[in-house]
Order: sequence, then structure tokens, then C-alpha cells
Amino acid sequence: MQVPSHVEYEKAKSVEHALELLTRFGPEARVLAGGHSLIPMMKLRLAQPETLIDINGISGLSRITVADGELRIGALVRHGQLLASAVAAGHFPVLRDAEQVIADPIVRNWGTIGGSLCQADPSEDLSAAFGALRAIAVIQGRDGSRRVPVREFHLGPYETVVAPAELLTELRVPIAGDGSGSAYEKVSRRVGDWSIAAAGAVLTLSSDGTVTEAGIGLAAVGAGHFVSTAAEDFLRGQPATDAVFGQAGQVAAEHCQPAADQRGPVDYKRHLTGELTTRALRRAAIRVRARAGGQTV
Amino acid sequence: MSTAEPDPPLGYGSMRRKEDTRFIRGQGSFIDDIKLGGMLHGAVLRSPYAHARIQSIDVSAAQAHPRVRAVITGETLATRDLAWMPTLAGDTQAVLATDKVRFQGQEVAFVVADDRYAARDALELIDVEYEPLPTVMDARQALDPDAPVVRDDLGASNHIFDWESGDAARTDEIFAAADVTIAEDLLYPRVHPAPLETCGAIADFDPISGKLTVWSTSQAPHPHRLLYSMVAGVPEHKIRVISPDIGGGFGNKVPLYPGYLCAIVGSMITGRPVKWIEDRSENLMSTSFARDYHMHGEIAATRDGKILAVRVRVLADHGAFNGAAQPTKFPAGFFGVFTGSYDLQAAHCQVTGVYTNKAPGGVAYSCSFRITEAVYLVERMVDMLAFELDADAAELRMQNLLRPDQFPYTCATGWVYDSGDYTSTLQLALDKADYTGLRQEQAAGRERGELMGIGISFFTEAVGAGPRKHMDIMGLGMADGVELRVNPGGTAVLRIAVQTQGQGHETTFAQIVAEELGIPPDRIEVVHGDTDQTPFGLGTYGSRSTPVSGAATAVAARRIRDKARVVAAAMLEVATGDLEWEKGRWYVRGDPDQGRSIAEIALAAHSDLELPAGVEGQLDASCVYNPPNLTYPCGAYVCVVDVDPGTGKVEVRRFVAVDDCGVRINPMIVEGQIHGGLADGIGMALMEVIAYDTQGNCLGGSFMDYLLPTAVECPSWELGETVTPSPHHPIGAKGVGESATVGSPPAVVNAVIDALRPFGVRHADMPLTPAQVWRATQGRPLRTDLAQS
Ligand SMILES: Cc1cc2nc3c(=O)[nH]c(=O)nc-3n(C[C@H](O)[C@H](O)[C@H](O)COP(=O)(O)OP(=O)(O)OC[C@H]3O[C@@H](n4cnc5c(N)ncnc54)[C@H](O)[C@@H]3O)c2cc1C
Repeated sequence: MQVPSHVEYEKAKSVEHALELLTRFGPEARVLAGGHSLIPMMKLRLAQPETLIDINGISGLSRITVADGELRIGALVRHGQLLASAVAAGHFPVLRDAEQVIADPIVRNWGTIGGSLCQADPSEDLSAAFGALRAIAVIQGRDGSRRVPVREFHLGPYETVVAPAELLTELRVPIAGDGSGSAYEKVSRRVGDWSIAAAGAVLTLSSDGTVTEAGIGLAAVGAGHFVSTAAEDFLRGQPATDAVFGQAGQVAAEHCQPAADQRGPVDYKRHLTGELTTRALRRAAIRVRARAGGQTV
Repeated sequence: MSTAEPDPPLGYGSMRRKEDTRFIRGQGSFIDDIKLGGMLHGAVLRSPYAHARIQSIDVSAAQAHPRVRAVITGETLATRDLAWMPTLAGDTQAVLATDKVRFQGQEVAFVVADDRYAARDALELIDVEYEPLPTVMDARQALDPDAPVVRDDLGASNHIFDWESGDAARTDEIFAAADVTIAEDLLYPRVHPAPLETCGAIADFDPISGKLTVWSTSQAPHPHRLLYSMVAGVPEHKIRVISPDIGGGFGNKVPLYPGYLCAIVGSMITGRPVKWIEDRSENLMSTSFARDYHMHGEIAATRDGKILAVRVRVLADHGAFNGAAQPTKFPAGFFGVFTGSYDLQAAHCQVTGVYTNKAPGGVAYSCSFRITEAVYLVERMVDMLAFELDADAAELRMQNLLRPDQFPYTCATGWVYDSGDYTSTLQLALDKADYTGLRQEQAAGRERGELMGIGISFFTEAVGAGPRKHMDIMGLGMADGVELRVNPGGTAVLRIAVQTQGQGHETTFAQIVAEELGIPPDRIEVVHGDTDQTPFGLGTYGSRSTPVSGAATAVAARRIRDKARVVAAAMLEVATGDLEWEKGRWYVRGDPDQGRSIAEIALAAHSDLELPAGVEGQLDASCVYNPPNLTYPCGAYVCVVDVDPGTGKVEVRRFVAVDDCGVRINPMIVEGQIHGGLADGIGMALMEVIAYDTQGNCLGGSFMDYLLPTAVECPSWELGETVTPSPHHPIGAKGVGESATVGSPPAVVNAVIDALRPFGVRHADMPLTPAQVWRATQGRPLRTDLAQS
């Protein structure tokens, strides 16, 4: 049996209390959210925090709401909750698509949105989805809160801008107009496995079918900040056709930096990045058109 | 919704497993559920290197830990002559490394502490200085002259054995003259049985009585007892091995592992019971793997599709110690059955075993001693022949399958197949699948660019090891004992030497007795897994329980029936010759009302009833069954897959499995065994592999890396059966535990390769991950056992 090394445990009652505990216990303390990344790492003794600050008891961080033209998702919202949220899926189907293929029901019942982003695993799906959506992370410190675009949130693998005595409290996504649609595509070796590659696409189309804005998120293929700005630049101003989406896929494939592992060699991951980007764009475009026609797909 | 449970059958037939009552309530008792008073906990320190010389081991800091009771190293063991232990294949294996480590995850030290947390903490306090050495990770380079030598304790090369079977000269002749010959390299990659319960043991040595009790995850308690006595120097009669409920074995729990011995030594040193339970990564990285067969297969045929001969050369990677568990005279297991289900004129194989810096083992994982590899080889070669001849894979098999009148059939390598009706079995599978309809659908789909594949495999298994004159493990003949006693009240106790790990022995074996004696299965207690409580026998693996111990059970029950006849004759005051048997009672011929039930007879046998001279009272019997031959189950499998052309992702749409395992005792249990094996097959074909990088890092050391299939990857199985009894088995049964694991991987692979036909793909090695499938379509399939680049 894998057992972690000795660790102290504190239960935070509020955001303020959590921040106070984090300050008191210093950099060797770690926030415990769903624990589905942290606890396995502790059992493997890859992480050996001195103190766990359990934030699961904090109320107010588990809500999905719409306010001021933004979808707001609390850091303690569980994967399963986001998956089930009609409000979230109504505005951004990419979120439901992604949640459907993240891990398994057991992990989704506990793992949190905040934990996922803070873990900053290079294969993490929500970073790609929120990256594509140009979401904003709200980070709370003892001296107040700051808003950081998700596209500036990650400093590298397993590293974010959240300081040791800060908490990620919320993700905010500006709600787009009618001409937008989104989708997420992922291929893994088996259900519940991490992506070999995954792509999220967010499209805004003008009434004549021109791409006015695009967001392309990529997971597991070494895309800087989980997005492909090259593919986005390529798409802007182009007609939303399958041919263009195919080319955009090529651009995304060329501009990512996948690393080989047992999920696949570099050439395959690159190929898959292109294929999935293209598929996600197609599905996003179908959704834009369906929405214009009053349907959901 | 509730459905009334039908009465259990008075003999054969589907009934729920007796053991499920405890399992579904969470009341099973597995090793880790057992807690003894004063019990300590052990943990193993493992090597981070695949090959390194040990310069020094400093255990002082660990020893100083307040909750640590003992720290054991190879040096400690050497003083007791215990640093090395024999393997089942006649090699020796380091219990704790002394000179050098030979694979990543090898056992280096053992800590005994008050609790498992302290034991793990103390591992981090042990300071080992290693001098890393160059590694040999690829079996194909193991025999290179400049390859690093893994076993410098044995000699100067990585060569273990050469073994051959069949007629080389005749096979060469046929190949030289054949119209069509095909050759291909095929890898059956290293996979792991990955039972959900990992291995573990509790050892309790009593210094006063000198008795050693070992609770362990063992598929073979009796052979383990002998091994413990050989290694630990405790005489056999002072050792009791108890194998409690086991959470899956699949061959993984046949060998002896260093952890078991460390627990024993830990208990001897501390005078307290010591529990050791390995974690998931330890199980995957260090315990018995399976396969790792690098095969060069060849098939020869006439242009009109008559298969003439098969030839194969194998490089067998056995890892750092030859820990393969198989009958001694068969270093390549039963790979000799690579002749498959076809009427060949000749066949020849040559197998070379090599050492590498990988975990030891070799035969494990429901493989019927390498028939998994054999069936994969021949079924892939037959499909490649169909590919080259542009023939239909089903028709080609039909044309070449053995006919019913050819049994018993001696195959080109000398195995005597007992019985079968292969063409009927295949036809039933094709009909169930609507093979013709599938081919039409496939053709239409190809027009639209869809990649649908249909794969067939036909397998012949050889199970139930085995005849004593041919088969032994470490000198122990592979016969099994049973003891059966009918109690005065008419209930019975059956003691068996085989050990269930989920196969349902407590039910199946009770049903065998029920069928023979007419005692209801729920009035028969089956005792197993305790060397103090059961007769000697070799244990459960290689699908041998029903063929060997099942036969012993039937014979013992028949002996009881004969004895009951004598008692009934005395009760009824008639001659035994006047009595007739119907299930559960003896009655007077021509006067059916005059009879005595088995329960009445049992009571009388224990009473003061006067019995004829020479007949002892009571109603019991025993049997040691020495099988005259193996049994040869067979089956025809049809798999249908869809491949996504853009991503390479495979989806198994349908799987039809028609099995012939002879007489079915409990059809529901048989189907359960098949379901599990089919899932195994999908796992191996599509996702399971333990690869290593060039430094020797194991790349399959957790369930994040070593993928087991889930329900999502498995279609709803479509099963069918034909029943061809084994002519030499007392109840006509053949083993079935491994059939589906053996037969299903080639069906899945054949289906995927068939789907890739538009790309001209003839072969790609397992596992057929999306990456591998895509690379195959690019004409550049991967070496799946190496790190990807
Ligand atoms: C079997 C399995 C399969 C998985 N598959 C996938 C997959 O396919 N795709 C995918 O994207 N993910 C996958 N995951 C990861 C999973 O989604 C994340 O592990 C999980 O959701 C992380 O969230 P958590 O709440 O469990 O975080 P925790 O494990 O509790 O924390 C993770 C890290 O974030 C920090 N942290 C957590 N919350 C905050 C906060 N509010 N502020 C600051 N720091 C914080 C913690 O201190 C810790 O360092 C898988 C996980 C498992 C176990």
C-alpha cells in the first residue's frame, strides 16, 4: 500500500481563514481541494507537504453563476457539477465536451476546477478549454484579489502565478454573443486516461460566415499557455469552411511542441493535434449555425 | 425488482456462486484483512536503477527510527544462507540484492516497523550507494558480444536456454518446395497479470513450537510450503501455508517472491508476526510479468490455400532471473502447440531464452504456459496467408481445420489433441456473427472511406497439466489429491489442493460431488487453501483445476458411491449386484420403492450396521488423479471493430465467442470466466504493455501507465458453445479459465489489421493504440516495447 509521509492537517472555514493558515504554515503548506492530484503525488512521495489546508469546507466557492456578462465558476466546483451545469453548457458547450472526457465519474465527483488549473499538468483539459475561452482567473491574497487571464496563468508545467499564500477563487468567462460556438475533442488510449492530444475551439462568426474571433486550446502537446495563437491568427478573417478548418489544424499542428511518451510519438501527436483542431472547429461552427437557427447540438 | 432464485441444481447447471454471499457483502477475508495480535509491518526498499553495483548500504538511520524493529539487507540474509532463493524454473533469484541490482524495482532491503507508515518512512532513511552499469533492455541485443552481462554470477553471457520442437529438416523441405511462404516478425509484448489484489504475506514464526505459519497470496500453497522449507530451513511438517480469499491471480501468484521470504525472516528476527503487502507499482514493476516473446513466424502453403507447415524462431525475454513458472521439462512452456488447429505436414520451432535488465518472470497471466503466444503466432500467420492469397479468412480456416474424424490427433510437434469438432465450432461462430452480412457491410463502408474490420481466431488450448511422466514443477509431479467425506447427517466435506482466485471452486467442485452423489451443492463444504487442511496438489493455474482436481473429485465421489452401494446392500439385505443407482440413492432393481438415500446410507455407514468383511465403516474416499493426457478446449472467436481513420482509435463493436470446453459443470461460471478473458484480450490487443526505456526505467509501473480495459472498451459479449467431451476425463470436462485470454487477442488484432486493409497493412504489433494504428497506416509501425520518440 502506498502511504504518504507524515503531514499535518488544518481545515479552513473561510477564504480569509485559508489565507491566514497558508501564511502561518508557510511555503511547505499546500491547499487541499479535491485531492485527486495532490493525494496520489503524496502517496508516491513525489509531494511531501508539511501541512494540508483543506478548503473543502469553505462555502461560496462551489457556485456556478452568471453576473455582469460573465459566467463565474467557483474554484471548488467539482468536475461533475460543471458537467451537469446547463447554464455552463448553454453558453459554452466546450466545457461540457471537455468534462465528459476528463477522468472518470469518481475523479469527477471530487476533483475541482480550481485544483485542475492550479495543478497545471501539461495534459490538463480545462486549461485548454478555459484558454480557448479567454477566461479570467480570480486570485485572492491577504491584501486583496487580482484578475489574471488564463493565458497568463501558467508559468510552466506544474507552475502557476498563484503564490504560496494565495488562493484561486473563481474563473470568469466573458459571455459571447449569438454568433459564437465552441467544442472540445480529445483522443486517449482508454476512457479515463489523459489525452494523447486534445483541442478546444471557440469561434465567433459574422453573419456572412467569416471568423471574427477564434480561440484554440490545446492540451498535452506542449502548446504555450495551452493555446495556439498561430492557428487563431490564421483563422481571423477567414471564411468558416471545412477547408479553412483543415488548414487551421495544420497550423496548430506545426506550432505545438509535443513530447514523445507512451501515449505516442511526436509525429502522431502532431498529426492528432491537427485532426482534433479541425474537428473541434467544425463542430464549433456547426453549433454557431445551429444556435442561429435556434437549436442546440 | 426482485426475481425468485431457482433452486440450485442437484449437479451440473447454472447456479450462483456460493462464495458470492461473502464477497458481495464485503465479507471476504483477503490477506490485508487479517490482523494478528502484535503484528508488525514490513516494507521493501527497491532499486531505482536497472543495473548497478551496490557499493554500500547504510541502514543506521533507519535502525534508529523509534518505530522500526528490524532492518534486513542481503548481508543479513547471507548469514542465514537466505540471500538467494530457487525459482520455479530452476534458476536462483536474489531475495535481497547483495552484489548488484539487475532490474528497476529489485528488492534491496526490508524494514520491519510498528506500522506501515513508519516502515515506509524508514525506507527513505536507508542510504544505498550505487554505481550504475550499462543496461541490456532489448532482448534482440541481449546476445550481442558486447552486451552487458546481467548474470555475471552465472557466466559470461545473457543466454539462458535453447529449446526446439518439431522436425526441422522436414519443415525446411516443405518450405523450400511450397508455392507460397510468408515470414513476419511478431512481438507479443510484455504484459502483466495485474490482479486487483496485489501480492502479500503474513509470516508468524513460533520459536517455541518451531512452527511457521504463512498466510500468503498463493495460487499454489503446497509447492510454496516445500519451497519455504527448502529456503528457510524449517521442515515441511512445521510449516502451514494458508491462502485466504484471493483477489485475482492470473498466474501472478504462482511464484515465490522475495517479500514473502523477507516477512518470514522478519518474523524470525522479531519474534512477532510480520505483514508485508506490496503496493500497485511494486506489483507491476517487480512481480511476474507475462509474454515478452519476440517471434519470427513463417507459414508455407499451396497456392490454393492448403496450409503445409509453420516455422518459428523465438527470442524469449525472461528478465533478470528466470522466474518462469512452468513444468520443468518445458522451458518454453507449451509453446509447442503453435501448430494450432490445422492439419499441418510439419512444424518446427526454436526458442532461445535470454536475460535482460527487466523484472523476472515469464509465464503468468492466464496463458496456459505460453499457448497464448502460440495461438497468437499461428492465428496471425493464417491471416497473413489470407492477406497474401487474397483469400477469405474464414474460408481459409474452414479449409484447413482438423476434421472431427482426425481425433485423437497427433500434431506435428507431438501433442495429442483429445477431441474437437472444429468446423462446427467455427460455423456456429460465423452464423452467430452473420459473417456474410458483416462482409457486405464492410464492403459498403469501405466505399465511404470507413474502416470496419472483421477478425477471426480459432484456438486450440492444451490444459490440465499434467501427466506425471511428462510434467513436474521442481520435481513435483503434477497430480492432485482430494479427500471427500460424507458426514453422518448426509452433508459432505471436500478437501481440494487447488486454490480459487475467483474461479468459483467452492461452487463448481460442490456441483461435481452433487452430480455424482445427489447431495445438494449447498450441503457440501469445499475446503481449500490451507496446507494443514487439504491433501497435496500443485495448485490453480494453467486452467488445470477442473481437468485435474475436478477429475479427482469425480473419482473420489464414485468411490464413495461404490462404498455406499455395499452399505445399502447390507441395509436392504440384498446383493450389491441387485442394486441400481439413480442420482442420490441406491435401489433394488425391479423394485424402485426399495431403496436407500445417500443420507440414510451415510448414517448407517457410521452406525452399528454390520458390514461385509473388509468393508470399513464411514463414508469417505480420496483420490490422487494423474491425468492421462491434457485436455484440449477450443473456440472460434469473431471480433468486429471500427477504426477512426483520422485518429487511429479502435472501437470494438462486437465480439462473438463460441467456446468448446467439453462438459460444462456450471455454465454461468464458465461464461464468467470467458467474459473476463475476453476483456483481458481487448486489453492486451489494444492498450496493455510494459515498455522500458534504454536506461531501464519501467514505463508501465502504475495504472496510469499500465492500462486495463474497462467496461467502456468492452462490447456486450455474444457467447455460444459447442460441447465435445474430453474422452479421457472422468466427466468429459476440459479447462476453460484461460481459453478466452488465449483466443481473443488475435481476433482483435486480426480485426484491426483487416480494417486497415485499404492501407495495405499486413501486420502491426500489439498494443494497437491509436498511435500504433496511425503509424501502421503510414507504413511505419512502432516497436511498442520501447520508449517512444
Ligand atoms: C485517474 C485520474 C484521471 C485523470 N484524468 C484527467 C483527465 O483526463 N484530464 C484532466 O484534465 N485531468 C485529469 N485528472 C486530473 C483531475 O482532473 C485533477 O486531478 C483534479 O481535478 C485536480 O483537482 P483537485 O481538486 O483534485 O486538486 P488537488 O489534488 O486537491 O490539488 C491540486 C493542486 O492544486 C492546488 N490547489 C487546489 N485548489 C487550489 C486553489 N483553489 N487555490 C490554489 N491552489 C489550489 C493544490 O495545492 C495542489 O497543488 C485525472 C486525475 C485522476 C486521478
